[in-house]
Amino acid sequence: MADFSEKKEKKAAEKAFDKKSSMFSRRSTGDIVFDSINTVVLLLSVVIILYPLLNMVALSFNDGLDALRGGITIIPRKFTTKNYSEFLGKQTLPIALRVSVLRTVIGTLSSTFVTALLAYILSRKEFVFKRGLSLLYVATMYVSGGLIPVFLVYKQLGMTNSFSVYILPGMVSAWNMLVLRTYMNGLPDSLAESAMMDGAGHLTIFFKIILPLCMPVIATVSLFAAVGHWNSWFDAMLYNNTATNLTTLQFELQKMLSSVTNQNTNAETMKNATGASVTPTTMRAAATVITSLPIICLYPFLQRYFVAGLTIGGVKE
Amino acid sequence: MFKDPDFLKKVKNQKVLILLSIPFVIYVLIFCYVPLFGWIMAFQKYKPKTGIFHSEFVGLQNFQFLFTNQNGIFVKVIRNTVAMGLINLVLGTIFAIAFAILLSEFRYTFGKKVIQTISYLPHFLSMVIVTGIVYDVLRMENGMLNNFLTSIGAIDKEVAWLEEKSYFWWIVGFTNLWKETGWNSIIYLAAITSINPDLYEAASIDGAGRLSRIWHITLPGLKPTIIILLIMNIGNVLNAGFEIQYMLGNGLVQEVSQTIDIYVLKYGIGKGNYSLGTAAGIFKSVVSIILIAASNFAAKRMGEESLY
Repeated sequence: MADFSEKKEKKAAEKAFDKKSSMFSRRSTGDIVFDSINTVVLLLSVVIILYPLLNMVALSFNDGLDALRGGITIIPRKFTTKNYSEFLGKQTLPIALRVSVLRTVIGTLSSTFVTALLAYILSRKEFVFKRGLSLLYVATMYVSGGLIPVFLVYKQLGMTNSFSVYILPGMVSAWNMLVLRTYMNGLPDSLAESAMMDGAGHLTIFFKIILPLCMPVIATVSLFAAVGHWNSWFDAMLYNNTATNLTTLQFELQKMLSSVTNQNTNAETMKNATGASVTPTTMRAAATVITSLPIICLYPFLQRYFVAGLTIGGVKE
Repeated sequence: MFKDPDFLKKVKNQKVLILLSIPFVIYVLIFCYVPLFGWIMAFQKYKPKTGIFHSEFVGLQNFQFLFTNQNGIFVKVIRNTVAMGLINLVLGTIFAIAFAILLSEFRYTFGKKVIQTISYLPHFLSMVIVTGIVYDVLRMENGMLNNFLTSIGAIDKEVAWLEEKSYFWWIVGFTNLWKETGWNSIIYLAAITSINPDLYEAASIDGAGRLSRIWHITLPGLKPTIIILLIMNIGNVLNAGFEIQYMLGNGLVQEVSQTIDIYVLKYGIGKGNYSLGTAAGIFKSVVSIILIAASNFAAKRMGEESLY
C-alpha cells in the first residue's frame, strides 16, 4: 500500500508539474522574479541546515588548540585524526557502543514483532475481546502515569541498573499497533479464511501469510523504532546512571555536552595547560560525528520508508 | 457482549486468540495502568518507607503547595511551558507550510528531491546532537553566530546569547524549527499535490499570478490539513520539551528555561518529593486532555474535520 500510494502521489505530482510547466512556457516577469526569490530562499535554508553540520565535521578533524583561535568554517585548518583516536580510546566507549547497538537491534526486533502480533490479534474481526483490548491500548496514547509513578514502578520491578529498561517499556507501541492493524485490515479476508479451511492455526497464518505481506509497513515501523532507540539518552540517565556498563553513546555525548555548558568557558583554556591538542570542543565534535554517522549514512536510502510512515500514519480510531 | 447467547461458545472457539492476548493484557496493566494507579500519591504525603498503601492522605494539599509556595516557581514553570509550546506550535506551523509551498513551487524535480532530503536530515538526529550544535552556534567565544555577525559588522562585541533570559524561548523555538521544519512540511506537501491542478490552470487563464494562486488556491486547499494538525498539536503544547531546556538551560536563565517536565524531574526525583512531582504531572496530563477535547469541540463547531 505504501508503495502504491507513493506511486500515485508521484503521478499526481508529475501531472501537476506538467500542467504547470506548460503554462509557464510563457513566463512573465513576475514569474521570473518569484522563481528567483524562491530559489534563493530554498538555497539559503539548505545552507542553514548544512553549515553547522559541516562545521562540526571540520572541527572534528581539526587540531584542538588551533580550533581555539576560531574561524574554522567547513574545512579543517590543521588536519588531525587525534580527536577520533582520543574519543575512541576512551575506556567507556566500547561499552557505550556495544550497549547502543544491542539496544537498537534487540529493541527494534522485539518491539516490531510483538506489536505486529498484537495488531494481528486485534485485526481478527471475529475476536470477542477485540474492542476491549484495543481500547485498553488506545487509551494509553492519551493518558500516562507520568514520570514519577513510572519511575517507581520500574524501580519496584528491578528494572533500574538493568538492560531491560531499554527494551521493555517501549515494547508495545499503541501508535505502531494502529498503523499495522490498519494495514492488516486492508488485506483481503479470504487469505486467512482459506488458510483456516486448510487447517492452519493463527500462528501459522500470522507467520506465513500476514507477516510477509506486511513487510513494507513493518520496515517503516521498525525504522522509526530503530532511530528512537539509537537516539535516546534519557532512560540511560534516569535508570542506569550509576551502572557504567550500561551507558550508551548518546548518554556519553550528553555528559560531554553538559560538562561544557555548565562550566565557564575557561575550562577549555585550562585544559590547554596540559599541552594536549585535543580540547573538549573538538573531541565532542568527533563524538557527534561518530554518533550521527549511522543515521546520516543510512537515511537517504531508507527515506521513502520514513515518508511512507507519515502517510499511512493517518489512522483514525 | 455478555448478552450474546453464543458468547461462551465463541470464547471456546477462540482459545488461541485469547491465550495470545493474555500477555498483552498483563503487559499493558503493568506498564501503563499500574503507574496510573500511582496518581494516588499526589493526594498523599508519600513516603517510600510506608509505601502507597500506608501513606497519610492529605487531600489537595500538594496541589495547593504547587500554586502557593516556593515563591510561585510552579506558576512560572507553567508560563514557560505554555510560552515555548505556543512558540513551537505557531512558528512550527507557519514555517512548515511556507517551506512546503516554496518547495511545491520549485520547478526542478531533481533539485527539489535533493533539498527535501537535506531538509529531513535534522529530524533524525538526536536532541543531544542538535543541542550540541545549537551550543556551538550560539556560544559566546568563537560561536558561529557571533563570528558571522562580527564579520559583517553587525555587532562589535560578542553576545552571550545563551545567558540572556529574553532570548531563551526563541532559541528553543528556532532549534525546533531547524530540526523539524523539513519533516513537518512533508504532510503539507502531500496535501498540496492532492489539490486539483485544473484549479491552478483556470486561475492562471483568468490572469492570476503565482502569489495570488498560492493565496486563493493552495492555502484554502491546505485548510483541512492545517486544522487537523493544529488540533493534534494543541494537546502537545504542554509537552513543550524537556531535552533542549534541560541541556541548554543554565543558572542564569533557569527562571525562563524550566518546564513542567524539568520541575517534575528536579523536585520529584532529584529532591525525592514524589507526591509533589506526581501532582505536577497530573496537572499537566489533565490540562492536556482538556486542551485536546476543547480544540476538537471547537473544530467540530466550525464544521471542520475533527480528530474523533
